[in-house]
Amino acid sequence: MIPAAFEYFRAQSTDEALGHLQKYGSDARVLAGGQSLVPAMRFRLARPAVLVDINPVKELDYIGTDGALTIGATARDTAIERASWIRDAKWSLLHDVSRVVADPVVRQRATVVGSLCHNDPAGDWPAVALAGRAEVMVRGKGGERAVPIDEFLVDSFTTAVEDGELAVAVRFPLAGERTAGSYQKVERKVGDYATAAAAVQVSLNADGSVRQAGIALSAAGPCAIRVAEAESLLAGRKPNADAISAAADAASRASQPQADLRGSVEYKRHLAGVLVARGLRAALARLGVQA
Amino acid sequence: MKVNGTAYERDVEPRTLLAYFLREQCGLTGTHVGCDTSSCGCCVVVLDGKTAVKSCSMFAVQADGHEVLTVEGLAQGGALHPIQQAFWDHHGLQCGFCTPGMMLTAVVLLANNPDPNEAEIREGLSGNMCRCTGYQNIVKAVQHAAGVMRQPEAVAK
Repeated sequence: MIPAAFEYFRAQSTDEALGHLQKYGSDARVLAGGQSLVPAMRFRLARPAVLVDINPVKELDYIGTDGALTIGATARDTAIERASWIRDAKWSLLHDVSRVVADPVVRQRATVVGSLCHNDPAGDWPAVALAGRAEVMVRGKGGERAVPIDEFLVDSFTTAVEDGELAVAVRFPLAGERTAGSYQKVERKVGDYATAAAAVQVSLNADGSVRQAGIALSAAGPCAIRVAEAESLLAGRKPNADAISAAADAASRASQPQADLRGSVEYKRHLAGVLVARGLRAALARLGVQA
Repeated sequence: MKVNGTAYERDVEPRTLLAYFLREQCGLTGTHVGCDTSSCGCCVVVLDGKTAVKSCSMFAVQADGHEVLTVEGLAQGGALHPIQQAFWDHHGLQCGFCTPGMMLTAVVLLANNPDPNEAEIREGLSGNMCRCTGYQNIVKAVQHAAGVMRQPEAVAK
């Protein structure tokens, strides 16, 4: 279908985008990569009266490290996939996910921040942002605020971005030495929604015990969920087979999937646990630890 | 916008999708519309020489001031592009519906990775669907085209 008619504004700067967003409030939607929004408009699931196109905003098209790994609102998934320095073990969660979002053509347009703002229950980046303890920089009339990802992801397709505001970047904190991650996703075919997916990031102390673990699931509820129980039971422990198995069990229990063509609730909950265990083993292997 | 080197100036509604602009306003019907919702890859075109985009999921107004390459722009001076020639030589198509999108996706794939192995080609084309060939000959064609395009004299031609 052809989308419903809308008014189109092309913003050349963040301030110009904010001007339009503040003027039109809840009537306006931000158009970044458009890889979710445009199909949604074509199905008439979304009918924004006004689109503010931020693609020309050059100042938001960046990936950089400045105390955190910061991804601007118009940086494409492909930019993450192609950045050679992101192949370092400490960014392996981000590199992993950048290779499995949708398909390789969609990734050339799709943006990381756009995926977070879309907050699809089966999206990849929300779970990764939870596991990586990211924060989203949201700019509005009163300036810029940093929103922790747990507060940012409010509900299915709903975030903490308010009318008149723009999410300008996402920041992944530098997790320190001996950090690695892994993103594990099972999908029926390329480009399908995940049947289940797990994002895992582990930081180890010098003695090999876990300093911090980040564990989150996608396609396991109304939006991506953090498995806090698994994170806290790993913290301070040696990440051995027993600890991994306990974390996987916690993930299965936390998972609240819906049955559909991709599988039953029972299967998906089982899968969530399996993927967390695989993710932990893969992350640890990147740190030279066999578990 | 410039399409295959030719400037097109049209007044369009913001909701006009790039795929329909190319087909209906420019008369370039080589850009096919399959699923219409960014899944199948039949409508892929190249934006500014470096990005493969599914033109069913981009508004024409977004391409204002940009350069678009469609399948009609691949052949130069009556000679097929090496990717087109390889699809012909290696039977990389049957019905031809997915072929423009396959070839334009391959243009960007090979620009970023001039010597891909089979797995990398399969991965790179995984956002494009073909219902005829079973992909074998498409992969062979892209592999062969990569070999041809790595020869400096072939590029000069």
